[in-house]
Amino acid sequence: MTEVELREAVLTALHRVVPDVGVGTVRTDTDLRAQVDMDSIDFLRFLVAVHEVTGVDVPETDYRQVRTLDGLLAYLLRRIPEPAVVPPRSV
Amino acid sequence: MPSLGADMQSGTLVRWHVHVGDMVHRGDIVAEVETEKGVFDVDSPEEGVVEELLVAEGTRVPVQSPLARFRSSLPEATTRRVSPLARRVAADLGVDLATVRGTGEGGSITRADVERAAHESAPSPAQAPTPVQAPPSAEGAVVETPSSPPTLLPLPSPPLTSPPAHDAAAAMRAAIGAAMSRSKRDIPHYYVSQEMDVSRMMAWLQETNISRPVAERLLPVAVLLSAVARAVGTFPEFNGHYLDGTFHPASAVHLGVAIGLRGGGLIAPALHDAQRLGPAALMTALLDLVARTRGGRLKTSELTDGTLTVTALAEGRVEQLIGVIYPPQVAIIGFGAIAERPWAVDGLLGVRRTVIATLSADHRVSDGHRAALLLDDVQRLLLAPEAL
Repeated sequence: MTEVELREAVLTALHRVVPDVGVGTVRTDTDLRAQVDMDSIDFLRFLVAVHEVTGVDVPETDYRQVRTLDGLLAYLLRRIPEPAVVPPRSV
Repeated sequence: MPSLGADMQSGTLVRWHVHVGDMVHRGDIVAEVETEKGVFDVDSPEEGVVEELLVAEGTRVPVQSPLARFRSSLPEATTRRVSPLARRVAADLGVDLATVRGTGEGGSITRADVERAAHESAPSPAQAPTPVQAPPSAEGAVVETPSSPPTLLPLPSPPLTSPPAHDAAAAMRAAIGAAMSRSKRDIPHYYVSQEMDVSRMMAWLQETNISRPVAERLLPVAVLLSAVARAVGTFPEFNGHYLDGTFHPASAVHLGVAIGLRGGGLIAPALHDAQRLGPAALMTALLDLVARTRGGRLKTSELTDGTLTVTALAEGRVEQLIGVIYPPQVAIIGFGAIAERPWAVDGLLGVRRTVIATLSADHRVSDGHRAALLLDDVQRLLLAPEAL
């Protein structure tokens, strides 16, 4: 998954949880929950959706690393499971 | 048309999910209705076969208007044959045909079967056997009529015209306002509060969540809900409905949870049988409830069945949340923010994580002493969260 694809996937997950927010307008360098007024239940639903699209589970102990969108994207990029190596097809 | 809020006057039947002749089980979604609070799935409280749909899609009708007529049926009995003689004997002897085992051809019920059943059951004098009225139908099949005949309410008066298009948020706000006004007008509220030590609860949550995948993670509110649902079992005067001057305690705890709607508004759908669910099961049910609330897919039974409500603002810095009772319920429990606070024990000052719980209750049904005992029990349960 490329960085662009990852960003798209995360914003899609965010939109599912807070459909009333224009996710394109969210600032990536400030606290996400405060910006979109997301409570802990919605934040958990967001993390579940992020896990569904990236395979990455963010434990409670790492929450402070993912407070901003930038932080979350960087965290996910470091942890996305490596794709299986696909052997080249013989022509 | 179910009443989905104290103030609701009417609703619109948006869509039918069943047709005449369909077999419906308890809990099946039969229709969608729309009110100022949104669209809800009507789940059937009855089991039976749809005989007639009384309201056309898109029609607005007053609350309590009948929407459909069901014919009650017993799955096993509907197609068994009963000979006219057996039927007459059953009526004479007061035998419920539904309980008779048929030994005739194809399981059909004979006179001998009825006489045997009468001999075996031998009801005590106190029990009045309910004679089955089985109107002869073309196939001779057994159709059980319930002991109290279904009330066939008259067809609704001409449907109300739909209101002009208006701001949905304003309508929701008006509905909440009406319900809360009515509550304050009719219910003599009294209030008790208690600060509760939840340090152990939070430590237990942190520890259990380490080994839980994100989809199974527990939030503090799940533990609070579980403790309330368990505690109120011993205090029936806080769990049930007050209707027409009489309090009806409920045997189960259908716990309403106040959920804020994005864009404003509040709704409190119920988690059924919460007394049977521990924190993990309640968390799963709560996530589903929140998702369906946000997505506009609640069931009407979730709005009508609540026996007690919890409202919580576990985040932020609000110290106490003192709720307004949702009629016809008789109590509401509020939780403020969980925070580190000074806590005195044996003359020494320490710091604990605490939450302030409030209980607003109906003084026609309960009083402060019992309210205090209920909150005491909630605190006791929160001190041993692993046992919930």
